[in-house]
Amino acid sequence: MSTPKPKKKFSRRKFIVRSTVGVGVAIGATYFTRPLWRRSIAGFVNSAELPYNGSTDEPRLWFEVTADNEVILNSPKVEMGQGTFTGLAQIAADELEVDIQQIKVIHAPTASGNIDGTSTGGSTSISSLWQPLRELAATMREMLKIEASKQLGTDAAALTVKNGVVAHNGQTLTYGEIVKNVTEWEIPETPPLKDVSTYKFVGKPVPRVDLKDKVIGAPMFGMDASLPDMLYGAVVRSERIGATFVGADTSSAEKMPGVVKVVKEPDFVGVVATSQMAAEQAKQAIKAEWATERNWQSEDIEAMIKVGQGDPVTIQKTGRAKRILDNEEEVITAEFTSPIGAHAQMEPNGAVAHVENDNATIIMSTQVVNLTRKEVADRLGLAPEDVNIIPTYLGGGFGRRLHTPNAVQAAVLSKAVGKPVKCFFNRREEFQNDTFRPPTHHVLRGVLDKQGKIKAIEHNLSSGDVMFGSPMFPGIAEPVLGADVGAWRGGMIQYEAIPNFRTVSWRVKLPFATSWWRSLGLLANTFAIESFMDELALKAGKDPVQFRLEHIQEDEAGHRLREVIKAAADKAGWKDEVVNGRAMGFAASTDARTPCAQVAEVSIENGEIKVHKVTCAIDPGIAVNPDQVRAQCEGSIIMGQSAAMYERMFVKDGQLLPTIYGPYRMALMRDAPKEIDVVILENADAPGAVGEPPLGPIGAAIANAVFRLTGERLRSLPLTIA
Amino acid sequence: MTISFNINGQPTSLDVDGDTPLLWVVRDMLDLKGTKFGCGKAACGACTLHVDGKAIRSCSYAVKYAEGKNITTIEGLSNGDQLHPVQQAWMEEIVPQCGYCQPGFMMATAALLSEIPNPTDEDINNNIVNVCRCATYYRMRKAIHRAADIQSQNAKNQPS
Repeated sequence: MSTPKPKKKFSRRKFIVRSTVGVGVAIGATYFTRPLWRRSIAGFVNSAELPYNGSTDEPRLWFEVTADNEVILNSPKVEMGQGTFTGLAQIAADELEVDIQQIKVIHAPTASGNIDGTSTGGSTSISSLWQPLRELAATMREMLKIEASKQLGTDAAALTVKNGVVAHNGQTLTYGEIVKNVTEWEIPETPPLKDVSTYKFVGKPVPRVDLKDKVIGAPMFGMDASLPDMLYGAVVRSERIGATFVGADTSSAEKMPGVVKVVKEPDFVGVVATSQMAAEQAKQAIKAEWATERNWQSEDIEAMIKVGQGDPVTIQKTGRAKRILDNEEEVITAEFTSPIGAHAQMEPNGAVAHVENDNATIIMSTQVVNLTRKEVADRLGLAPEDVNIIPTYLGGGFGRRLHTPNAVQAAVLSKAVGKPVKCFFNRREEFQNDTFRPPTHHVLRGVLDKQGKIKAIEHNLSSGDVMFGSPMFPGIAEPVLGADVGAWRGGMIQYEAIPNFRTVSWRVKLPFATSWWRSLGLLANTFAIESFMDELALKAGKDPVQFRLEHIQEDEAGHRLREVIKAAADKAGWKDEVVNGRAMGFAASTDARTPCAQVAEVSIENGEIKVHKVTCAIDPGIAVNPDQVRAQCEGSIIMGQSAAMYERMFVKDGQLLPTIYGPYRMALMRDAPKEIDVVILENADAPGAVGEPPLGPIGAAIANAVFRLTGERLRSLPLTIA
Repeated sequence: MTISFNINGQPTSLDVDGDTPLLWVVRDMLDLKGTKFGCGKAACGACTLHVDGKAIRSCSYAVKYAEGKNITTIEGLSNGDQLHPVQQAWMEEIVPQCGYCQPGFMMATAALLSEIPNPTDEDINNNIVNVCRCATYYRMRKAIHRAADIQSQNAKNQPS
């Protein structure tokens, strides 16, 4: 039994209209290409609270009440480990007046109509749904009370509600009983929301709603999906950069055991077989021909990523930093680099597709449900409404599932054989066809005044594309913004009490796909800026923590940044010295308005950097689930440590290498700090970003500690001691 | 060829190419999806299960070698509704994030604890070498120690 469909059309109530970046984009590209406008847009984007791009006024798209009094929450955001499902359940339970155990969160299939127009990413799920979901849940609660009042013959205002049971004068009705008898819903105005301090679940360390399933190994991921009569597909993928498909000799593959069909398309060749192994072996037997223009090498890529090459856009400018730095004598200059990074998420990309005559069903892990649907529909010549994307739990996202050509390939294979087909990347293909974190190059210049304060600072950064060129990002926005928002994320100077500061972003188009990688540019940009801040502090002869505090402005962002810096230093027992062979390193960043500061405690053991402990202070505003805020900090710190200390893809003879875990060195149990101490501050009145901001400081915190130990300034990731 | 083994206590016979990796037999023929594909080269440990009590990376273990053996997957780690101490500890420490690699880690940990009931941090570093991209290592280490405690507590409570 589910919530009955209404007879009367749902009256559309007005929720608060939020400003969107899209508005600026629509106004017209030519006018906005002027530098001043670009800077102000960049400033806006840097501090914007990105809105939710989906339904916020249809409670029944979101909630389904079952006969046994459970509420199914149809989430348009996907769960990839970041804990969003748990946060959404907490928020909804409090306004719906049900126990957290009564809420079951599922991925909304696109056929449900509850579709997020953009993506799950950018640490925006909880912050963008905080207000709409509370309003939706409160409205749903009032709708249920109105129906209960009719069924009990009393006034809705006289009813009390607890744990999904409506009561009046000893009579009770469960939500499940109420919905059974509803024929026509009455939609009230959005009721006032409860005071946050009265919430029972928001703000508490509620265990993850998916915890038990993940501990017993329940089938929940895209890779676990199957359909009756399902076959297995495999697609031949290029191992070389810039290769275009010419054709393939499939004669031997066609004769192999288990092969059902070899599928030749203009842009790819694939095979469908009766088992995974048969499909994989037949694929290996296909001799595909590719055209490549150039034999790329790492040195070619490194030569491209250089400040001074490509298109510069000034994204931040206060005072006259450039003029001062061009003319002063005591200018300190430092260059930093970061390498190509792979996502290396554990679940490979794949999809189960079932294409029938006039419709298609795709079951898969994706961060871009709506885009996946559009791409499949376009390729099959169907309307988007005829394609149902059923998202599953993701075996890691990190930005890797913002591009989903695999859904299209699985659909084409399914259509060719008229049966469901499961098709996914093997690990070598994952590594070679990733949408990589682009390499970067940074030039920092700074000069101090007589009091040892920063008089002027400038950050020039060069990066491959992150958002630009992505099917998710409208091309028209490129000339408006000028600089890639993803590339310069975290690249602005956050110490706004400095009188003169400037950030310039240089765009480079690389010959292989680069894109979102958890925290985007934050990791590399913060590594460069916060390493340089320590260099300036040393020059000034000041304590690095104190030095940072001296340059923070007096406004809300400044207050929140100052507080996390002080909290991290206090909790870690900050010392600017080496004690028993161990040194601390400090760094701080602000990402999507969430400030985060970290202290890394480091030693050198057998010539290698060892991270013992990380203390982290973060201010996400309201921490909807403090335990999951901690979990995101712990994971981000170790993932950031991994990227900062070990990870690097290189290019050799036209190939991106390595192609397997191990040679692509990542942090393992033995590398992770044994202690991670997280302090949560809540100096804002709404939840903000959590899943990415703590990736910012860790690289510079480790490098700054290494400098204290060895006197050697490491300016390239991954950090390597000479 | 016909291959016979016990899996999670169930005697099972299959007609299968003996070179098929045990992982695909478990996942696609026996429909036990808890054991995961990560790399296919025994490099990440997502496919870890037990063969005669030892942790094995099943993506690189041909099914023919399982003849006559006892296989345990994450689905068979618990005793009915009673979770294994490793699973209990994973619940109590709220370890999983995306969760994909976690069955492999839990199977590797259960095998470790059967050999070394109270592992040191060094034992953990040397034996738990799977890959977790969400990097839940901090909580995993705590959960491994906690699982050891639960296991030794259970042993004390057993009537002798």
